[in-house]
Amino acid sequence: MTLKVDIAFTLNGRPVATTVPADMSVLTMLRDHLRMTGTKYACGEGECGACTIIVDGQSVNSCLMYAADCEGRSLTTIEGLRNADGLDPMQDAFVRHGAIQCGFCMPGMIMQAKYLTDTDKNLTYEGMKRGLEGNVCRCTGYKKVFDAVAEIAGIES
Amino acid sequence: MAQTIAETGISEYAAPTTLAEAAELMADGNATVVAGGTDLMVQIEAGRRHYKDRLVNIRRVADMRGIEIVDDTVRIGALTTVTEVLNDPLLAEVAPVLRETANRFASSQLRNMATLGGNICNASPAGDTIIPMLLLDAEVALTSWQGAPRSRYVPLADFFTGPSKTVIEDTEILSEIRFAKPKPGFEARFRKSGPRPALEISTVSAGFGAVVGADGLSGVRVALGAVAPVPYRARKTEAFLEGKALSAEVVEEAAGIAAGEVTPIDDVRSTAWYRTHLVRIFVRRLLNPETA
Repeated sequence: MTLKVDIAFTLNGRPVATTVPADMSVLTMLRDHLRMTGTKYACGEGECGACTIIVDGQSVNSCLMYAADCEGRSLTTIEGLRNADGLDPMQDAFVRHGAIQCGFCMPGMIMQAKYLTDTDKNLTYEGMKRGLEGNVCRCTGYKKVFDAVAEIAGIES
Repeated sequence: MAQTIAETGISEYAAPTTLAEAAELMADGNATVVAGGTDLMVQIEAGRRHYKDRLVNIRRVADMRGIEIVDDTVRIGALTTVTEVLNDPLLAEVAPVLRETANRFASSQLRNMATLGGNICNASPAGDTIIPMLLLDAEVALTSWQGAPRSRYVPLADFFTGPSKTVIEDTEILSEIRFAKPKPGFEARFRKSGPRPALEISTVSAGFGAVVGADGLSGVRVALGAVAPVPYRARKTEAFLEGKALSAEVVEEAAGIAAGEVTPIDDVRSTAWYRTHLVRIFVRRLLNPETA
């Protein structure tokens, strides 16, 4: 049996204390252990970005991070974007622009878009496209995604 | 999942905060090291690697971070992430080829996680950041516990022994990458190829560096990736170019020599024939950036 590890961290602003197997990924912990299914499992190897969350201000593929490594860190998932006033402006922009497709890759794409606009106040259109490379899914229709992110980033398109 | 858990059997987990603690945790040679985790988790899941008894998470080791110049030696902590390389003003000034390569590495999320030390230790023949570090003639510090942390230094060009194989011992941690600050006039360039721009495991990667003087090249370094069991310095091509001025004939002959010192394979990503072809094209373009 694999060792279990006690961890305490901040999840969407709230303290969490739990116990996880030493080899469990953050994604599995979120979905199967904490029952927070907004973050999606798709490829499981960092290729698709559907599991993107923000850890200590950095966007990461949660399928490739050990849950044990959450100790002391601050995590934000798609569930943490919505606040008392309603949707985050980035979520709202995705809705208004119809940046939806099948929806499966969208939580990760919104988290990566949040990371890009939060960390680069001078984000360019090209920089936005480069920054979303790790979220390119199977279908197409990225124009509406770019429109939504560009609006929030204040990029003229 | 049940099966995975039964097979792994990690019996101890540690997240040291100093290199000394980390080295001591490696002393019995029965530990798996995790830094960024981006290669390890995928390889475990695919059954290509198995955990040892102790999982040592080195992400919090403070003295394996940071980028500095000491006495004209550039020292990069092995835990430096690819994003940190991309954003570092000192590296942009002294080793812009590292930044150029970081910009072509995987995706934003993976750049935030993946570390330079991890990219080296993974020892993929296609490891992107290895090429510019070969061009910079880097060496790596391998640290182990001998009553105190002790390091030996190995030239990166001698570090790899095969795909996923290196000279690192089970008791050692790759703690630092260091190289002499490049001489004035040193120029270096990197190219990689794959069917899409992001998240690509290079079909071929190549780099060229030299001091480009009025009367020819000096200190020539040519590095090739994904065309042999390890990323390596193309010594025959380097020897041919040393001291020469770049003419169309010299470029063509160098491209031919480089194509002759590859040992590529056919695999899912490409064929040996095409990889050899790309080396010829890349060397031509690296030497003649105006035509690229």
